[in-house]
Order: sequence, then C-alpha cells, then structure tokens
Amino acid sequence: MKYYAYYPGCSSEATAAGLGISALAIAKLMDMELIELEDWNCCGSTPYGSLEEIEALAVAARNLALAEKTGLDLVTPCSSCFVTLAKANLHLKENPQLMSQINEALAVANLEYNGNVRVRLLLEVIVNDITPETVASKVKRPLNGLKVAPYYGCQEARPDFGYDDPESPQALDRLVRSLGAEAVPYPLKNHCCGGALVIPEEGLALELINKLLANAVSNGAQCITTPCPLCQMNLDAYQSKVNSKFNTNYNLPVLFFTQLMGIAFGLNSEDVGLKTNIVPPQKVLAEYL
Amino acid sequence: MENKTKATTFVDEVSQVPGGEGIRICIQCGTCTASCPSATRWEYTPSGIIAMIRAGMRDEVLSSSAMWNCLSCYFCTVRCPRGVKPTDLFHVLEYLANKNGYNGKGARAPIMYRNFIKSIRSNGRVHEFGVMLRYYMRTNPFAALKSLPVGLKLFSHKRLPLLPKKIKGRDDLSQIIQKFKEVRGSL
Repeated sequence: MKYYAYYPGCSSEATAAGLGISALAIAKLMDMELIELEDWNCCGSTPYGSLEEIEALAVAARNLALAEKTGLDLVTPCSSCFVTLAKANLHLKENPQLMSQINEALAVANLEYNGNVRVRLLLEVIVNDITPETVASKVKRPLNGLKVAPYYGCQEARPDFGYDDPESPQALDRLVRSLGAEAVPYPLKNHCCGGALVIPEEGLALELINKLLANAVSNGAQCITTPCPLCQMNLDAYQSKVNSKFNTNYNLPVLFFTQLMGIAFGLNSEDVGLKTNIVPPQKVLAEYL
Repeated sequence: MENKTKATTFVDEVSQVPGGEGIRICIQCGTCTASCPSATRWEYTPSGIIAMIRAGMRDEVLSSSAMWNCLSCYFCTVRCPRGVKPTDLFHVLEYLANKNGYNGKGARAPIMYRNFIKSIRSNGRVHEFGVMLRYYMRTNPFAALKSLPVGLKLFSHKRLPLLPKKIKGRDDLSQIIQKFKEVRGSL
C-alpha cells in the first residue's frame, strides 16, 4: 500500500465532480491510500496570485503546513492546484527570508512549514509510482479499439516541473495505451482551452475550444481524455455553444483520465461519475460498460 | 510583494515583485508573442508590453487591458530563451494595476478574479456557483441569461452545488493572511 496526503481541490467537489469521484475509486484498486488533507483550503489558483501576490502565498502555505504534518507527499488531481501549490512551495524553499516571514504568519494558527512537502499531480504519481505496467495489470475490460485524444491542457507540464515534456507531454498517452485504448496523434494536446477566461472572455475561449475539438475529430478520436478540471468543463459544458457559434456538430465525450481508467478496471458508470458528463459518453463506451 | 527598497523606476518597481525579476534580461526576440494563444487580442503584444515597461511607460502599461488577456498557459515561459518567465511577469502587472486602482480599460477578468478571491476569503474554498453569479451581476446580468444554459447543464449534472463549502479554519486562514501582510509590510 502506498500512502499519500490527498488534496482534492475545490472543483473536484463541484464542476469537476467526475474527477473527484473517479480518482478515489481507482486509487483503491491500485493500492493507493489517498488520505484527505484535513480542513484544506483553496489553493488560491491563478486569480489569487494575479491580484494579491502577498495573500496568495499565505493561502497556499497553510495547505503546505498542514501537509507537512502528515509526512506524506501531497497529491492533487487538479492541474491548477498542482501548479499553484508547487510554485508557492518552490518560492518558499528558494527564498529563506520569505520562508521565515511565512512561518511568523503561520504561527498565529500554531502551524509551521519547513519546506519538506513534495507537491505532486495525481497523473504523474500514477505514471511514476504506480507505473503504466501495473495499471495495465489491473485492467479487466481492455478498451481495445477505442480511439482517444489525450488532452493535457496547459498546467500539466507547464511551467516545467521536470516530469513531462512541456512541448510534447507523454504521461497521458502512456496511460491511455496501458488501458488497451489507442492514443490518437493529437498535435494540440497541450494547447490552451481558454481556462478561467471562459467566463470573462467567452468568445476567445470558444475559438480555442473549437480548434481543440476539430483537431481531435480530424485525428479520428471518439472521445477526449484529460486530467484538468477546467479543460474538461470547457470542452464538455461549452461544446454545444461551440456548435451553435461555429455551425459545427461535435458530439465528442470528454472524460477525465481517471474515469477512463475506472471503466477499464471494471467499475460501473456510477463508480466513475459518468452522470456528471454533459456530452453523453455512454454510446462510445457501450461495449466496455 | 514589495521589499524595503523604494522603487525608483518602473523597471525597479516591476522587478521587486516576485515574478518580475526577469524584466531586465529580455532580448525582445518576440517568442512570447509568437507563442501566445490570445496575443491578437492584446492591446499591446506580450513582447511589446515588456518593451514599454523598460521604456518606463508606467501609466500606459498599468492602465492597459493587455495583460488581462493572459491565459496562464505558460507557453511563453517554457519557450523564452532568456528565462524571463513572462507569465509571472504579466501576473505582476495585474497585481500592480489592481493595487494602484487601474481597471484594465473595462477588462472583465479582474472583476471575476476579485469575486474568486472574495469567495476564498469568506469560505476558505471557492464556491464556483457564487463566483459566477456575482460576476454576472457585477458585469452584465443579461449575459447571465446567455450563460444560463451552461449553468443549468452543470447544475443538472450535479456539478454546481448552490451552497458553499466552508472550512473550519476560516479564522485561522484570515489571521495567517493578516499576519503575513503585516510582516511583509513592516519591512
């Protein structure tokens, strides 16, 4: 059994509910114990750091301090939580003055941080600690014949934390193949979906989403898989808006990679939260469910 | 975060905020602009605004809507041959603009960001439904109607809880924030 401190992130309990449900379900089957970090707070994500540099570091640091008490690696399924927490961690470790200031602040809540936490992305943990070979050995219903576009989004491999190629990431391709599915070539696999700007700048985001969907379809994908909550929401929930704006007729399910893994591991659609998917994936997955 | 040295030029001011350190080493190659998925929407291009910082055009830069188009995709950051970290640099501009009361010429991103932060300050977590709702009320309630179908889809697929989750350590969190600001400010 491998033990990790688990940081679900806010969206895993809301707009990315399918990720939260399926991540916990597959972890059990891979002998991973994801122990939820007690009373974790939001990581701050990109908006906090953009507007409030000082506060944002304190917001992230409370989580790091809580995680350090567990003595375990801090694992999150969310790309944005990962980047935010990993950047804050690096910042504190590289800047002793900042670290001592943050400890002065943490002390008011009887917390301290000594820079001993390793922040990790669930996808990376599965690829490096569990390995695709072990994943393959857990497969009960190989996804043979399923053509999947592996969509990484931005914050899986950028900025570069050293475990995947920022220009041509491979972790998800390897996982998809270990499930028996085909990872189709997907040149835009690490391009941006518009992120949080889908709300204030919807027109821009719809253009980007359209390109991503077109690129997946033209490479023969029957569905897209992604690790990122925001990417999944943009490609899934905004797909019909793209269709009306660009006169397209995409009907491409967008699954969290953890959902795809769960199905290959023999879990049923409820176990992996398929009801949360807006473009219905049942037809494409019919022969594996 | 400002440090104790008083900034004398705009380049100093930018370089003293964490993330802004790279401003002096840019060689204006334009790789950031070429890599940016939203560059065509920027009032000034990413490399253009870097040049403007170095020309000391403080008011033009901070009042601009340019950086509010940054998607934080980090393509420029991993491609910059000089290690400028433009993404972080644009976040620094957002921070300085917000702090100095510039409104990005009506850019809507800062309004959403402020709602996002408020949600964390009061709950300790982000309440996505609340952030979206307040954003539309603040900007254009009619746009909310246009976005209603997306919201309803998320809601009917159990992805948009109406009530926020609150952490137990809300007071702890605000005290940590308060203390950290004091410690930084007293330098």
